Amino acid sequence: METLAFQGLVGLSLAMYLWLIAAGLTIVFGVLGILNFAHGSLYMLGAYFAFTCYGLWGINFWLSILLSLIGVALVSLVMERFFLRFIYHLDVAYQLLLTFGFILIFDDAVKITWGGVFMIPPMPDFFSGAIPIFGRSFPVYNLFIIGAGIGVAIGLWLILERTWWGRIIRASASDREMAGAIGVNIPILFTAVFMFGAALAAFGGALSTPVRVVAPGIGATVIIQAFVVTVIGGLGNLKGAFVGAIIVGVLTAYGILLFPIFELFIIFVVMAIVLLLKPEGLFGG
Amino acid sequence: MMTRKGVSIFGYGYKKVSNLLLLLLIVVLFFVPQLAGKYPMYMAMHILILSVFALGFNLLLGYTGLLSFGQAGFYACGAYGCGKVLILIPSLLPGIISGVLFAGVTAVILGFLCIRHTRIYFAMLTLCFGMMIYSLAWKWHTMTGGDDGLVGIPRAPLEIPGIFSIDMSSLQNYYYFVLIVCLLAIGLLYRIVKSPFGLILQGIRDSESRVSFSGVSVKNYRLIAFTIGGLYAGLAGALLPPLENTVTPPLAHWTHSAEPVLATLLGGIHTFSGPVVGAFLFYVIKDVIVRFTEYWLICLGVIVLALVMGLPGGVVSIFEQKLIPWVRLRFAGRSLH
Repeated sequence: METLAFQGLVGLSLAMYLWLIAAGLTIVFGVLGILNFAHGSLYMLGAYFAFTCYGLWGINFWLSILLSLIGVALVSLVMERFFLRFIYHLDVAYQLLLTFGFILIFDDAVKITWGGVFMIPPMPDFFSGAIPIFGRSFPVYNLFIIGAGIGVAIGLWLILERTWWGRIIRASASDREMAGAIGVNIPILFTAVFMFGAALAAFGGALSTPVRVVAPGIGATVIIQAFVVTVIGGLGNLKGAFVGAIIVGVLTAYGILLFPIFELFIIFVVMAIVLLLKPEGLFGG
Repeated sequence: MMTRKGVSIFGYGYKKVSNLLLLLLIVVLFFVPQLAGKYPMYMAMHILILSVFALGFNLLLGYTGLLSFGQAGFYACGAYGCGKVLILIPSLLPGIISGVLFAGVTAVILGFLCIRHTRIYFAMLTLCFGMMIYSLAWKWHTMTGGDDGLVGIPRAPLEIPGIFSIDMSSLQNYYYFVLIVCLLAIGLLYRIVKSPFGLILQGIRDSESRVSFSGVSVKNYRLIAFTIGGLYAGLAGALLPPLENTVTPPLAHWTHSAEPVLATLLGGIHTFSGPVVGAFLFYVIKDVIVRFTEYWLICLGVIVLALVMGLPGGVVSIFEQKLIPWVRLRFAGRSLH
């Protein structure tokens, strides 16, 4: 019993990583209408930037995270302003191909800059160690991740529901042309939203550095997890992404415990069932 | 697309010239082992395999209007099916056939589910099923060998017991086998897309409701197209294990599904030959860049960006829309008068 409860907590911390990645992906899809395959690579870049600042240059942990967010936001500015902007009207195949091109570029760029090996930077002192929960020791850092994930969820909700910016974003998501007609500067909004989504991915990546492997090519794995989460919750649906992340995270944690061979398989079965029965997602429609 | 009627090059009809070029290409392909040697032969095999893979994919994308992002799953079914059988029965035909059939059966079952959606949900669903196959290939050790994959797959002889047996241990013999199988498959697909069946698929792509109003079951046609796409992916996959002697999980990964997408969009989506041209360019680009730097993917990425931004119609469409009219203006006028 205690094992199950503990594993649920493990799943919850896993879910918060997924949530941070999926949140940016689903916001960008909701507003811009494009599915960004390179979103996982932005996560990877965030991890590498934070790793460089914190692990190599010895900059303060929080400042490192901030710097990595700014760095990835700048990269995404170039992506949107000079490339994505020109293909919004093209077929989805071209959007996938273009963002796939960015995956290839980012992966090799990372290999050229940091080498092909994976690395794990040191854990900040105030997060090291573990505390006893359910008769086992649970890493403090994972508790911090759960807190950060919930914090981001509340923050996003406040921004979208309670601020002027949030209203503009919601209006553009539901009717782009009408929002443009009443004076919203759509191109600037698109750039801003894309950078915001990228920064969320970078935040997930930066937070992951002390505990997860930082290696070239993780973008291709991470993006699939993010797809699963966003599809289960409904493409473009933020609340859905949060619940989807918890479902996938907890399912993965129990899957590893109960049937390790089919743990990954089951996640995709859930995704397929949602797509078949309710393609707009559990919270869409 | 511009009409081809009346186009003439050096006084000959377009059709005649392109048939002549095609014949020339096939002749050259048959003499690759004598003219070029081992490495070009190996390259040509990979180009042929990717061509078949991408052509099957383009029957879905270019002709039916469905973007599948899980073709690598069927490719892997073909490869694992063929590899598994070849280890048990060292004979080429049973291996290839069971690989293709395995992929085909999988495609029918998954296609039945996938064709309920179109556009982005279809892409997501195919991606999902492809990754399902990947997760099985990766984790189901007892069946698939897990991480290591299947190893030690023999390049078994092509034989029908009591009638004939051709040794395949030399690369050259296997090259001719791959070449003939791929040419037959490509020719068959050409007949399919030019048949009434192919026309209906294009009708579905352009206007689904009109086709269904004329009494055609859109779903059945989509399912058949999906199955053919899966069979071709399976054939491509089945040709691989005897060549490489090993099959590994990344064959089923979604990044491998991106390869036929890339080849098709590189060559051109609305032409039959587009995926073949794209497959050729893909390997030539790779081969040239790898000579200069090990980081060839970054160059490929830049080419992909340039391609999507610069010529979204693909290379073949540029050839057809710009080069041929130019040649006609430059030369044909003279030969006509």
